[in-house]
Amino acid sequence: MNRLNRLFQNKKEPLLSIYFTAGYPHLDSTLDIAEAVEKAGADFIEIGFPYSDPLADGPVIQNSSHMALQNGMNLKVLFQQLKDLRKRISIPVLLMGYVNPLLQYGVKNFCDSCAAVGVDGVIVPDLPMYEYENLYKDNFIQNNLSNIFLVTPQTSEERIRKIDELSNGFIYLLSSSSTTGKNLTVSNEADAYFSRIRGMQLKNPTMIGFGISDIKSFNKAAEYTRGAIVGSAFVKFLDTENALERIPEFIRSIRP
Amino acid sequence: MNREFIKSSVKWGVNNEGYFGDFGGAYIPEMLYPNVEELRKRYLDIIYEPGFQDEFQMLLRDYVGRPSPLFHAERLSAKYGTTLYLKREDLNHTGAHKINNTIGQILLAERLGKKRIIAETGAGQHGVATATVCALKGLECVVYMGEVDIARQAPNVARMKMMGAKVVPATSGSKTLKDATNEAMRDWINNPVDTHYIIGSVVGPHPYPDMVSRFQSIISEETKIQLKERTGSENPDIVMACVGGGSNAMGMFYHFLDDEDVRLIAVEAAGLGVNSGESAATTALGKEGVLHGSRSLLMQTEDGQVVEPYSISAGLDYPGIGPQHAHLFKENRGEYVSVTDEEAMIAGRLCAELEGIIPAIESAHALAHLEKMVFTGKESVVICLSGRGDKDLDTYMKYFNL
Repeated sequence: MNRLNRLFQNKKEPLLSIYFTAGYPHLDSTLDIAEAVEKAGADFIEIGFPYSDPLADGPVIQNSSHMALQNGMNLKVLFQQLKDLRKRISIPVLLMGYVNPLLQYGVKNFCDSCAAVGVDGVIVPDLPMYEYENLYKDNFIQNNLSNIFLVTPQTSEERIRKIDELSNGFIYLLSSSSTTGKNLTVSNEADAYFSRIRGMQLKNPTMIGFGISDIKSFNKAAEYTRGAIVGSAFVKFLDTENALERIPEFIRSIRP
Repeated sequence: MNREFIKSSVKWGVNNEGYFGDFGGAYIPEMLYPNVEELRKRYLDIIYEPGFQDEFQMLLRDYVGRPSPLFHAERLSAKYGTTLYLKREDLNHTGAHKINNTIGQILLAERLGKKRIIAETGAGQHGVATATVCALKGLECVVYMGEVDIARQAPNVARMKMMGAKVVPATSGSKTLKDATNEAMRDWINNPVDTHYIIGSVVGPHPYPDMVSRFQSIISEETKIQLKERTGSENPDIVMACVGGGSNAMGMFYHFLDDEDVRLIAVEAAGLGVNSGESAATTALGKEGVLHGSRSLLMQTEDGQVVEPYSISAGLDYPGIGPQHAHLFKENRGEYVSVTDEEAMIAGRLCAELEGIIPAIESAHALAHLEKMVFTGKESVVICLSGRGDKDLDTYMKYFNL
């Protein structure tokens, strides 16, 4: 049981998670942003570690990743920055990124480093289920890390069952099959998809991500799942003036 | 059902999990999974259908102009003291080997009920080959091409447009082939139902590397028959090809993989020199990693960021290599070497002067390696002349002040 598991167990209200890219807009902004996000009332945080070829991302997160790399961010620097994570942040923290930087750092090293600084879970969209299960699962479990899988409207029921079996945190439902940064379309199709998943009675809780950018889309997500994840909209907001001080304002624009 | 059609090597072919030894797999985000999985489940059944094979072979014959000739290059042979044959993929419709694969994949896309085709392209050869088969079949075609490449390959952009394709500039990253591939994959994520992605090389998530090499295997299939007619033996001593992602080389090697007395030589682009910082010699400079959906060798920084490659040849300007090549390299079944821009340009000109054939700069890399080989005079060598040099005239003109 890690911080993430406890959060899902104890809190009954809709949950809000905020994603941002480590090292953006400045190399040292990572922990300052995390702290401000916690103070503003978010329930957990996803910190992206940048990759040169983020093929599941739209222009906003492509740009933040590119800038973060230019600023000198990489996994070694990130874990150095996160050394004081648990002195400053008490809510659950996940790391999110692509598999290649993780492979070069070493999956075992990566999991050990996560545990050492107090990270609770990991989202690696291009790490396949087969490789996770056969090569890396033990490293995650030994370090009490939740591995978060993605599900799209096209994911088959059989595969969702398998994902549920392998998951130990929550399941990340993509609002539609798309790259990041598109708006959530509340169509009959999306309704049917969210209802279908809810009807499956999965053992893991679910959250909706991709396309959550305002109160309306957040409430929609909370109707069907435990809450929502906001990524591109927040990263875009970070580019505005005095963003760090105005983070409470941003959070209120999603969950008043 | 003819399961002998494009038979895969048991020893060197793909396994049930989509791996060639340690390399391959399908490292893709969930958004791509249904598309890739549909392809994985159905590609073999579809290409084993007699109707597919009949149409594939008919189009290769009547539309592409196959079999491509195997030409005994006598003057180059005399120069190097060997018996050199050129497999003339440059004589195919659209001027390169790329069309073998796009014909195969368009027939597959039709049978999967797809209405829209996307592709990535570097120099534009694969983009042209894709636009061609889309025109042939009346399917919508969108080609992603780096903004930088669009500027330096204007004639191929015009060819694609003339055949009704939409050419979309990739403006992210280095704005070249790697980024065009990222954009094509993003398009596929956003269009998960009606679209087929025609990848142009033996890269990408399983089943692409295996599927593309099967469609390109016609190169070595014909070579064996032609050599047998010519010399009485279907095997030469040495087979050579250039490698970027590696599709012409895989096609050239395919039916020789199990004939282990045949030496397989793959020639990479060293650019300004392997250690110059301006190179695309992936086996020399790369480490194991994941790019574009498969585990292979990849030019990258210590913390796993992909390094921008360089080669004078746009078709070899790629930071990775197909997973099957990585396997052949690691297991020493293939010899992976590299030649510089300068060596390739000189070899291209020499081929033009001695044989009256202007090769693509990509193919000239394979020819250039002849200079570094020592022959006893008894060897027979087949080089895959993967494409014609018309598209490169501008580069040749500038390089040699013609």
